[in-house]
Amino acid sequence: MPTQAPLFPEQASTMAGRIDALFFALLGVAGFFTALIFGLILVFAIRYRRRPGRSSVFRTREPLWMELTWTAVPLAIAVGIFIWGAALYVEAARPPAGALQVFVVGKQWMWKIQHPEGPREINELHVPVGRPIRLTLASEDVIHSFYVPAFRMKQDAVPGRTTVAWFEATRPGVHRLFCAEYCGAGHSAMTGRVVVMEPREYERWLEGGGRGETIEASGRRLAERLGCLTCHVPGGGDRGPDLVGLFGKEVRLRDGTARIADEAYVRESILDPAAKITAGYEPLMPTYQGQIGEEDMLRILAWLKSLNEQKPEFRSQKPE
Amino acid sequence: MNRPDDYLNADYSVSSWLLTTDHKRIAILYLLSITLFFFVGGAAAVLFRLELMTPPGDLVGPETYNKLFTMHGVVMVFLFLIPSIPAVLGNFLLPMMIGARDLAFPKLNLLSWYLFILGSAVATTAILMGGLDTGWTFYTPYSTMFAHTNVVTGVLGVFIVGFSSILTGLNFIVTTHKMRAPGLTWFRLPLFVWALYATSLIQVLATPVLGITLLLLVAERGLGIGIFDPAIGGDPLLFQHLFWFYSHPAVYIMILPGMGVVSEIITCFSRKRIFGYPFIAFSSLAIAALGFLVWGHHMFVSGQSAYAGMVFSILSFLVAIPSAIKVFNWTATLYRGSISWQTPMLYALGFIGLFTLGGMTGLVLATLAVDIHVHDTYFVVAHFHYIMVGGMVMAYLGGIHFWWPKMTGKLYSEWWGRVSAAVIFIGFNLTFFPQFVLGYLGMPRRYHAYPDEFQVLNVLSTAGASILGAGYLLPFVYLLLSLKYGRDAGRNPWQATGLEWRTPSPPPTENFARVPEVREEAYAYGAEEAP
Repeated sequence: MPTQAPLFPEQASTMAGRIDALFFALLGVAGFFTALIFGLILVFAIRYRRRPGRSSVFRTREPLWMELTWTAVPLAIAVGIFIWGAALYVEAARPPAGALQVFVVGKQWMWKIQHPEGPREINELHVPVGRPIRLTLASEDVIHSFYVPAFRMKQDAVPGRTTVAWFEATRPGVHRLFCAEYCGAGHSAMTGRVVVMEPREYERWLEGGGRGETIEASGRRLAERLGCLTCHVPGGGDRGPDLVGLFGKEVRLRDGTARIADEAYVRESILDPAAKITAGYEPLMPTYQGQIGEEDMLRILAWLKSLNEQKPEFRSQKPE
Repeated sequence: MNRPDDYLNADYSVSSWLLTTDHKRIAILYLLSITLFFFVGGAAAVLFRLELMTPPGDLVGPETYNKLFTMHGVVMVFLFLIPSIPAVLGNFLLPMMIGARDLAFPKLNLLSWYLFILGSAVATTAILMGGLDTGWTFYTPYSTMFAHTNVVTGVLGVFIVGFSSILTGLNFIVTTHKMRAPGLTWFRLPLFVWALYATSLIQVLATPVLGITLLLLVAERGLGIGIFDPAIGGDPLLFQHLFWFYSHPAVYIMILPGMGVVSEIITCFSRKRIFGYPFIAFSSLAIAALGFLVWGHHMFVSGQSAYAGMVFSILSFLVAIPSAIKVFNWTATLYRGSISWQTPMLYALGFIGLFTLGGMTGLVLATLAVDIHVHDTYFVVAHFHYIMVGGMVMAYLGGIHFWWPKMTGKLYSEWWGRVSAAVIFIGFNLTFFPQFVLGYLGMPRRYHAYPDEFQVLNVLSTAGASILGAGYLLPFVYLLLSLKYGRDAGRNPWQATGLEWRTPSPPPTENFARVPEVREEAYAYGAEEAP
């Protein structure tokens, strides 16, 4: 972490250098036009200052080509920058396949972090260098925002939904983590650090940090405790649809419409089960509003997603 | 000596002021009220800038700090900037600029002021009861379910003030359509009138949405009706969409009138007709229209879809184009002019420079990938202060200095005027330029305490703020002194064109003894000096 008085932030992720390049291009454009306008104002204001015996040339008709030029040139520059910025943004919005999953829950005023392998941390995130990390964010109370300047990465954690962000750290080190969305009295204390480690060191940290129950396993335990599997019988029962392979699939609803079973759908189905009923089923399920916190919700979601990955095991039972 | 029949001398009784329907007197009432709020909002800024001198939160506690920046934002946006140019200069000048004796609805105009006073009294009550700590953006669910402060009272104050803004806008639109003097066609109107017209459209169309949003907020907080809090079935992003649907156009309520003032000043002090009149006029309307379609650029990291982000990004780039057109046309107006460096001109030139920098850094924020990094940091704080303070407050002060002789009949000290413009320009840049660097370094906004490596830049900013504060006190002093010691201004001390300069200073209650007739375009400068 920096201790002096830097003028430019460290670049510590794969995106940082690329975002800075765009920023410098923007600075170039801004610098050029600001210098142009300041320069012209100064030159004109001095050169054409009021002097006795000299009056203004008042009947200059403005040529249309001039107006068109200073409309079209900024427009072209703007569109170019937009495309550059949008392309990077889309990349920043889509985590690469095979990214390491980390679950983050913001609450007044701390960051609670859970690794899929089990370890939990507060206000600290340990990650290996050179591997994309996919963050799934949620909030237990108000809006927070997970911000690591050295990675040029920021994403709001919004109550009532999960959001996603990703980064890939490029070298080992320790970086500041801030909450960037105002969240009350402890807002400026809702900070922490991201520790980037060599992969081997990270493995060792995982071992030492209590690699125990994975997030999927604790999600499954929770689902059993809450009685989910009583109705959602594996293989499909009369009372509730099968959960295996459900996530990401299209679900036909009783009203004839269809929905993709994404995180928002699953969350709603748990908290407000009557909102959307799968075709062929009755609205029997009770609400779990108030019984499941955000961390538990993330565990259930992780478990549910893991059921998809188990599918090949079922397939492998078939004759080859 | 003032002429006995001018609007200031018409009657000295208190009731003649509090029950006046004269647009000029109402403008003075607004001037007094918003000047008070400017210094109230400024005092809050002084306190939190002092707090930010050192990294730990040591001068005030976090709750107090949060209340201070909320108070600063709410007071400056809703009680100073939004009414500033329209309600003071617009009220005073619009009827005179179009050769009318008053606005279309003089009583409605007085009602607007009373609503403003009522709303600001309610908001002040909230502050006196202990304040509120939501930030001026009132984001949910913090504001509805988690804040323990006087949110409902504060929000209701803003709600009431909104009606004042709507009625003023309505009054200006009707006045511009119906009350123009004979011969004053749309394309002979001063550009200040075009700017006020575009502003009024936004006030009438956008402010009701703010009112609705604030009522929904009160309904959730006060009655527990789930609208924004997901725990009771609401959606927090819905609030952001509704809030910014008003509050982004509101940024243009806060800058368009300033652009109008600058158009007037630049041409007068260059003694040249404005370059590209129709382009400046229509760019105001283009800004007003496009300004309604960019609100989602406040939500690039909120979790809104990437596609929505892209649409809002390109539209935000587009809204920059009409602003660029204005800046180029103002600059071209200077070319081969006869430029005098008097106080209003210094303010106007300062506006162009600072607005250009504010606008260019706006492009940085409109750029999706870069905004991810600088969103909600001091970069944003610096950017919008360049627009609202470097832009609007400079233009407001430029306008006050330009029309002060008309409003009061007195000339202020030109020397002190130039000093104030220079001090404010320097103090402003020293305050806010370091914040761009802080923002890119990653310092989040609304932080009561911060890491040590940000201290040097924060100290610079606070030092600049003290210069800026002194700069703002200067005009307050010498303008007041001019009322007693200033020389008489005469009808038209700047040899400006425009109908408001054809009547005595201060103007008589009815503005014009005889309704003027207009035979030429605006800004026929140079004609009188032409060989």
